[in-house]
Amino acid sequence: MSLDVNKIRQDFPILTQTVYGKPLAYFDNGATTQKPQVVIDCTNQIHTELNSNIHRGVHYLSEQMTELYEGARRKVQEFINAEHSQEIIFTSGTTGSINAVAFSFGELYVRPGDEIIVSGMEHHSNIIPWQMMCDRKGAKLRVIPFTDEGELMLDEYKKLLSNKTRLVAVNQASNSLGTVNPIKEIIDLAHGVGAKVLIDGAQGVQHGGIDVQSLDCDFYAFSGHKIYGPTGIGVLYGKEKLLFDMPPYQGGGDMVECVSFEKTTYNSLPFKFEAGTSNFIGAIGLGAAIDYVKSVGIEDIAEYEQKLLNYATDKLLQIDGLRIYGTAKHKISVISFLVGDIHPYDMGMIMDKLGVAVRTGTHCTQPIMDRYEIEGTIRASMAFYNTFEEVDRLCEAVLKAKQMLE
Amino acid sequence: MTLDEIQEEIIAEFEDVGDWMEKYNYLIELSKDLEPLDAKYKVPENVIHGCQSRVWLVADVVDGKLSFTADSDAIITKGIIALLIRVLNKRSPEEVMNADLYFIDQIGLRQNLSPTRSNGLLSMVKQMKMYALAYHTKLSQA
Repeated sequence: MSLDVNKIRQDFPILTQTVYGKPLAYFDNGATTQKPQVVIDCTNQIHTELNSNIHRGVHYLSEQMTELYEGARRKVQEFINAEHSQEIIFTSGTTGSINAVAFSFGELYVRPGDEIIVSGMEHHSNIIPWQMMCDRKGAKLRVIPFTDEGELMLDEYKKLLSNKTRLVAVNQASNSLGTVNPIKEIIDLAHGVGAKVLIDGAQGVQHGGIDVQSLDCDFYAFSGHKIYGPTGIGVLYGKEKLLFDMPPYQGGGDMVECVSFEKTTYNSLPFKFEAGTSNFIGAIGLGAAIDYVKSVGIEDIAEYEQKLLNYATDKLLQIDGLRIYGTAKHKISVISFLVGDIHPYDMGMIMDKLGVAVRTGTHCTQPIMDRYEIEGTIRASMAFYNTFEEVDRLCEAVLKAKQMLE
Repeated sequence: MTLDEIQEEIIAEFEDVGDWMEKYNYLIELSKDLEPLDAKYKVPENVIHGCQSRVWLVADVVDGKLSFTADSDAIITKGIIALLIRVLNKRSPEEVMNADLYFIDQIGLRQNLSPTRSNGLLSMVKQMKMYALAYHTKLSQA
């Protein structure tokens, strides 16, 4: 069944507004996605009727909230097909999840001389935590290069793998190039040398879902706000055995079993990794967002977004002097481009005043920009509520800006 | 003309400019009039990094007045630089130090000087004022 975009758009109240007198065409979904009414209603209702801290109270509201919170955990578990609900840790976002693994995994498993592998197309959030960990542990960071088209060079990756490799961290899809990476192959190869793998799913999970068991990935991270859920909530999936062995990375309430000044023992999974009051309303809102995405159908979303991607790619390429950065065979609905010598900031500013919201700059992927020797790009990242007419307006805005700036 | 008279002049010019597209067209025109910055000054010591665009700024003092030359890799940023230089050039260090650049707000370009924009402009204004302070200190000691 294919998706009815006009019906979908009615679910997102923000999309009906005008900016600078023009209807809003929102193409900054890679940065954050808009929220359907059901998510807004869910968080509103909790604040209005149910708010109470989880896991602690003996009273009615607290019990209700705890049940909803743990229910959200099971929704996430089911959505990414984790084996156990305690393998789902709620964090502040993808960045929080990656930092948690970099610390806890690093403390337990990484020794001087060991190696961590990332790819050349990672978001800064999937580079810096590993650099910090390598500095701390005396380990070395290795980088998988990519081709001009924006595809990872797997032959080079194979050469980097060795018995020194402790962990490989790559994204499911690149936020600035759009490349969908062959993560199954990357995981299998890493496992072949006994290394663990973290997949940064920030740009992947909302465009087609994930099955952590069939992929056999060790860690998976994603953010709520990029999958139509609230901001400030994210997920870390980790295999039970690994999470069980790894030390907690933050101390505080809820993560302890027994505290004394002589010795503190930690709570069981997943609470060991959820110190302090977690963003329980965000987690429940994320559960509502997952329900929504499932009701639309993740396959239908992926199929529609691919059509949008193809249409926008063809149409943008008709513009004289326009170059797309990231032309991999498999892509999410993200297009990074430049036109002639025009500075991306200039183009983005003009497009904004035409009601077309794009992002310009390095997109937190400076190594990618260095690889192409450019200062930045204009990025249009599309979601399943974007229309073909909006893509037309995107192209018109590019043309108008080009005419003004050339 | 005083510093504020020039600000008023710019505000009046922008009142004649219609919508956003015209405003940007005007800034693009202004950018072309900006005195070019010699390549030898486009060195790391003079660069002000923004995440969105880069700005180069060089300052000097001639007969007790400040002289600024600047450039940017983005045209609209450059147009705004042209306006800032028009207001702040050939002013005494004290005038630059105490300048209240209200015209930016009045012509609707405030967002371009917000810390969140990260286009180098806000840092450029700060840097201009730092130069003014430095020259002020230097001149008063001489």
